Amino acid sequence: MIAEFGQISLILALVLATLLATVPLYGAYRNNEALMNLAPSLVTGHFVFTLAAFASLATLFLTHDFTVVNVAINSNLLLPWFYRFAATWGSHEGSLLLWVLMLAGWMLAVSLLSRSSLPKPFLTRVLAVMGAISIGFLLFTLLTSNPFDRILPGPPDGQDLNPLLQDAGMIFHPPLLYMGYVGFSVAFGFAIAGLLGGRVERDWVRWSRPWTLMAWAFLTGGITLGSWWAYYELGWGGWWFWDPVENASFVPWLLGTALIHSQAVTEKRGAFPAWTVLLAIAAFSTSLLGTFLVRSGVLTSVHAFATDPERGIFILAFMAIVTGSALTLYAFRAPRIMVGKGFDFVSRETALLLNNVFFTVSAGMVLIGTLYPLVIDFMGWGQISVGPPYFGAMFVLLMTPVVMLIPLGPLSRWGQDNLKRVVAPLLISMAVAVVGGLIIAAALGAFNLRAITGWIGGLWLILGSLSYLMRQKDQVRRFSLPRGQVGMIMAHAGVGVFVIGVGMVESMTYERDMRFEPGDRLEVAGYTFHLHEVAQVKGPNWIAEEGRFTVYRGDREVAQMRPQKRLHHRGQQVMTEVALRPGLFHDLYIALGEPMRDGTGAWSIRVHIKPYIRWIWGGAVLLALGGLIAASDRRYWKRYRAEAREAAKNTGEAPA
Amino acid sequence: MIKMLVPLGVFVGLVVLLLISLPTAEQRRQVSSPLVGREVPTFSLPGLHDPGVSRSTVDFRGQPFILNVWGSWCFSCRVEHPYIERLGREAGVPLVGFNWRDEREDALEWLDQFGDAWTVHMVDVEGRAAIDLGVYGAPETFLIDHRGIIRHKHIGPVDEEIYADLIERIEQMRVEAGT
Amino acid sequence: MTPRRKKRLAVVGLIVLSVSAAATVAFTALQENMLFFISPSDVHAQTLPGDRNFRLGGLVTEGSVSRDNQSLMVSFAVNDGAHEVPVTFQGILPDLFREGQGVIAHGHIGEDGVFHAREVLARHDETYMPNEVADALEKAGTPHTVDMPTTR
Repeated sequence: MIAEFGQISLILALVLATLLATVPLYGAYRNNEALMNLAPSLVTGHFVFTLAAFASLATLFLTHDFTVVNVAINSNLLLPWFYRFAATWGSHEGSLLLWVLMLAGWMLAVSLLSRSSLPKPFLTRVLAVMGAISIGFLLFTLLTSNPFDRILPGPPDGQDLNPLLQDAGMIFHPPLLYMGYVGFSVAFGFAIAGLLGGRVERDWVRWSRPWTLMAWAFLTGGITLGSWWAYYELGWGGWWFWDPVENASFVPWLLGTALIHSQAVTEKRGAFPAWTVLLAIAAFSTSLLGTFLVRSGVLTSVHAFATDPERGIFILAFMAIVTGSALTLYAFRAPRIMVGKGFDFVSRETALLLNNVFFTVSAGMVLIGTLYPLVIDFMGWGQISVGPPYFGAMFVLLMTPVVMLIPLGPLSRWGQDNLKRVVAPLLISMAVAVVGGLIIAAALGAFNLRAITGWIGGLWLILGSLSYLMRQKDQVRRFSLPRGQVGMIMAHAGVGVFVIGVGMVESMTYERDMRFEPGDRLEVAGYTFHLHEVAQVKGPNWIAEEGRFTVYRGDREVAQMRPQKRLHHRGQQVMTEVALRPGLFHDLYIALGEPMRDGTGAWSIRVHIKPYIRWIWGGAVLLALGGLIAASDRRYWKRYRAEAREAAKNTGEAPA
Repeated sequence: MIKMLVPLGVFVGLVVLLLISLPTAEQRRQVSSPLVGREVPTFSLPGLHDPGVSRSTVDFRGQPFILNVWGSWCFSCRVEHPYIERLGREAGVPLVGFNWRDEREDALEWLDQFGDAWTVHMVDVEGRAAIDLGVYGAPETFLIDHRGIIRHKHIGPVDEEIYADLIERIEQMRVEAGT
Repeated sequence: MTPRRKKRLAVVGLIVLSVSAAATVAFTALQENMLFFISPSDVHAQTLPGDRNFRLGGLVTEGSVSRDNQSLMVSFAVNDGAHEVPVTFQGILPDLFREGQGVIAHGHIGEDGVFHAREVLARHDETYMPNEVADALEKAGTPHTVDMPTTR
């Protein structure tokens, strides 16, 4: 019954989405109040039914209804309840449902929170565009990937959730990532609504800014969680692999980063509005492209997804319609977009323009590297993959100027400025960063190019952000620093923390695969790893060999570490569970390899010491928090009439 | 106006590239076995209902037979089960079950619930013989002719279309074997 | 030219310059980091440069895996049904590495004809196989899905 209820809810949501994408839109076109007033109720209904469908699927998982194919394949009686709940979105079908739920949630949020700050026809158009996107995804779910398909009679027990996904990081990674992906649909909706209305104005750019910031913050969080998960779950200790699936989420992030900066310029100065619109379209379109690449199987990836070219065709067609019509509309309407004020070569506009150039080019580079194998294959030149060094080299090349320029941006004035005036307050930071970076790197015994540049760049960003904060000390003292600025400072300093982490991890990681017999010791970097024994242990749905290590620093015991090699009952999958001792300055990391079959009870074992790896995610968390704080700036949420008037007067220096 | 069409042009190019890449992805799904055309490896395994009896691939020499890899843990095996039952009834050749990486109790319970359509089962708990056979996953269905040559292998669940294809191939093998 | 147009020109010039510079560097880097996918048959058919890295894909030959228990050196053979290439690897193999299963090895070919792998990837689960491996098997011409011709 519950499955049928979920199915019907989905169909009803589709009906409401279809109504939403047509009737109120017509109302906005004819300026018919009554029709436009339908939009918020339709949005609420759409959300309620999507939620009902999602709750149904979750209930099916929690109650072990194996007559539902999706449950039978992705769950079993031994699976603990939280993984069963997470299994709701562990499969392709379920993750689509989550996508739709997120979209419905964003739509509801826009309709509730922007009701007072947006003109009605504009809000209606935004919601209608988002409704149209929902139609596509609901159709996709219902026609090609129905999570409620049944099989009768059902099996007595289900298979299993992919053991890789049985993990806390995996419970939260997809929802956060999707919040980001789907969140860009709001910026997309605003851009299309603006184009449909025939005008791109600073007002609606301002209204879309908090939404873009939120989506970007969630995407940052989602990618971070994915990186952290890969680090401890995949068992080889890396934090980023330039895998096509990762790249698919990274391209929208890069474009989103460009977008939040170009929105600042367009809102404040009215400069490059057409570009902002184009970026909003691109950020969401690459989110769709990511979904396509992951689901269609056109690219090889270490991430195993049940790929299906038929689904690929559907997403591709959907993407062609959504992005194709958006870009066509853009081509017709963009020339009518207002032209902004001019600006000087040295100005904040230029700084933000440079940001946009670098981030967009980076996104292009990642996209080219990801899609290049397809081109080569098509040309018949053989099968290739693009090695991580390509991405690494390109990235360092493109991001070095960004790191150098970040502290200059906030300190420069709109319109026209003087380079000396901008750089002067930063001279101290610059000197301290260079000297401090060299000293710290030397003190840590990390006197190599990567670590040194990491420290100098990181300190420069952190100190640069602080010196900006110092200049606003009056506001800081009165606790009246606008949240937009607090967020910005935090995010920029976060980049600094991240850069330090990358510099250290990439140059100072200790990594060794070696043979360990019970009783063996390994002494490295002041630590002693001692393996006592390898024992058998049992879990709810697996059995494992467990290595028991004691780690000493000098003579002091610092940790008991127990890496495991698990054998899952269902399907007999083998999984490596690494043992980790996280630390602010370094992680200890042990993974079991395989038993040596020579009668000594020895194992091959991988030991890593990863310095500053937490700084990578710590920096990313600062970025995400910065985005959320900036999104909560009161300025964005004021009633639109008063704000519009004020904005017309406001021409002085204002924070981005 | 022309300038504004550039993004659209780039996008159309991208879509075309992805569109022509899709068939390649389709091809890649056609996983295949290097063992087809070779003699089926010889191995002896215990039976399922009769663990004391040892069953070997050689037992079936002289007639074509079907070897179906399954496990009670394998959901797709459940999906293909109706067609496997039909194969057992209608193919007219022995249908050998290859119970892979399973637990005996689970397997017997599964057969009780869904029906035992197989002529006989062999049990490979550790999966050693499966490696010799080049088994990628369950379910898989092998067709072996009267000379013991693997003639065809299907990976994944059998459906209506695959069933018809298998029956046709079996007919062919029976003609060759002269049975 | 008005100062304003000059500024615009400077900005446009800056963009064009950086984009073209980035594109040049990108394509050079792309060419350098292209890892060609090869099958054991390719290795036999031609001499491949020893200074380039490749991705070798195929099935691990049954019974070919041997380990040195002291040094963690593993050697095994990869085949595509037609030919076989010996591979050596130092370190820990992935969980899903098994005889008779698909693998991809990254590395280069030594003068001795042995493929020295720096990294070994195995397929992810029971129903998945690296796409390239499936392709390679197909290309090797083993008539997997085609019936053998009848010889009576």
